[in-house]
Amino acid sequence: MTRSAEAVLGAEEDVRRPLEPIEVEEGASLWGDAWHRLKRNRLALFSLFTFIAIVLFCVVGPYFSSWDGEQQDLIRGASAPSADHWFGTDTLGRDLMVRTMEGGRISLLVGLVATIVALLIGVVYGATAGYVGGRVDAAMMRFVDILYALPFTIFVILLMVAFGRSLWLMFVAIGCVEWLSMARIVRSGVIALRRQEFIEAAVSLGYSHRRIIFRHLIPNVIGPVIVIATLTVPAVMLLEAFLSFLGLGVQPPNASWGVLINEGQQNMEIFPWLLIFPAFFFALTLFSLNFLGDGLRDALDPKSARD
Amino acid sequence: MLKFIAKRFAQGVLVLLAIYALTFFLVAMTPGSPFSGERAIRPEILAQIEAHYGYDRPFFERFWTSLSNAVRGEFGPSAVYANRSVTEIISESFPVSLKLGSLSLLLALLIGIPTGVIAAVKRNTLLDYVPMSTAMVGICLPTFVMGPLLALVFGLMLNLLPVSGWYGPRYMVLPAATLGLYYAAYFARLTRGGMLEMLNQDFVRTARAKGVPESTIVWKHCLKGGLIPAITFLGPALAGIISGSFVVETIFQIPGLGQWFVRGALNRDDFLILGLTVLFAALIVVMNLLADIAHVLLNPRLKYE
Repeated sequence: MTRSAEAVLGAEEDVRRPLEPIEVEEGASLWGDAWHRLKRNRLALFSLFTFIAIVLFCVVGPYFSSWDGEQQDLIRGASAPSADHWFGTDTLGRDLMVRTMEGGRISLLVGLVATIVALLIGVVYGATAGYVGGRVDAAMMRFVDILYALPFTIFVILLMVAFGRSLWLMFVAIGCVEWLSMARIVRSGVIALRRQEFIEAAVSLGYSHRRIIFRHLIPNVIGPVIVIATLTVPAVMLLEAFLSFLGLGVQPPNASWGVLINEGQQNMEIFPWLLIFPAFFFALTLFSLNFLGDGLRDALDPKSARD
Repeated sequence: MLKFIAKRFAQGVLVLLAIYALTFFLVAMTPGSPFSGERAIRPEILAQIEAHYGYDRPFFERFWTSLSNAVRGEFGPSAVYANRSVTEIISESFPVSLKLGSLSLLLALLIGIPTGVIAAVKRNTLLDYVPMSTAMVGICLPTFVMGPLLALVFGLMLNLLPVSGWYGPRYMVLPAATLGLYYAAYFARLTRGGMLEMLNQDFVRTARAKGVPESTIVWKHCLKGGLIPAITFLGPALAGIISGSFVVETIFQIPGLGQWFVRGALNRDDFLILGLTVLFAALIVVMNLLADIAHVLLNPRLKYE
């Protein structure tokens, strides 16, 4: 019986083969379409370029500077922006531009890694709940609802206190609290897909649940996932900066934008540039990511309302 | 309705218990003890101090004692500040934080909701674009950037308002604005979205066709439903204001709970952390409960669920 089913499906595939190029074109045009829509959204496009510029500035920038972030000039101390030091120097005489770039590296790294952690947890959790459905789904989502109601920042703080303040722990701790919206969105996407014919076909072919979830369901919800991931990055960076600001995040000699903003805040009466430069780059990054995420949402998922 | 409230209340109590257990577990798992600080203490003395605070008891016994004490509102002594109990610290600093928090939330609602309603009603005009772009800017400026900037501009450059301390109404303006404006931006966006959805409903078209004046449509027909997203956000907003208060109280040197929590976390003051976490969690749970009730009152369809 299986064989005959396979034969039938095989035959069906043969019939469909000539159509395949068209399907491929359609697949490409989904992304092409999205890119087209994104291009028309000036603000999102501008945000994309701003963000790329910031990333380049932070990642490549230090190699072009004649200063390095740890080199102190205690005699100079804090000095205002000048031809030598474009952003000025901090209280230990370190070049603020390089410090800002290096801080940006860490902030961006946290944003990236913690988002990936959140993505992995959220996608697997949401897809499982949506695919299994029924009581399991109800229980899993109730759990998410309850977690939503928890004071998360407090828990991240507790985690940081309990396990020492290492960078890697922070990635995990932040990722562990930012996966909730991801799980919700993946779940609703999976529920919408589950009833479609191609899933039915996969089930009748006897594919394992794992294969169906990972090969058929998840690739089809990738659009909304990209959107929510883009919006998770700034949320994560915000949390990291918040922790670092309180002295619970990134520890010296490492610096992130949160650390720099904190240092700047303490000295802002006398040396306002110490606050202004890091705060400017941090805010600009958050802006560009938020606008880019909004733009991507409109581009990839035109049906969804904006807020 | 009563059944619904009872159910949510029971759920809230369960959540609180879970938070208490989790926090206790986390704090207990932390290596070292709050007393092994920079000063070297002879091991036998350390053991005696730990015994005094009950650290030598088995885990579950400690958990049980601490939980039953907490239910009676007794959170134990502060492990770092000798001779002060956590309850004492809370009762001293809570009024300050409560004032700051409620002022900020009030500010957020009073600015955010009207702005959102106006933006939705006058959508795609300047009255929509300008406030909404400003709101987007507000959302991208976290409290720890906004606070110092406000202090820099209004406190140090214009010399209008004091930037540190907590001695009277003038001292409340900048901290409350820092916390409130951020959430005003959120509430504005949420209210605008909710109102837009309501204004696109069929019954609004019918009402318009019948010649109902636009103001009645907005205020009587749409406002209730349009406020739902903002109401659901009350719980998360309170949670955000609490964690924001950690930052704001540090920046403006306000003697509130937020500062105690940060200090407690940095000094590993176990009892203080536990007590404050539970207090914050209880506040959020209560706020979520109130938001749920308001949600049902605003959306009668939910009553039959």
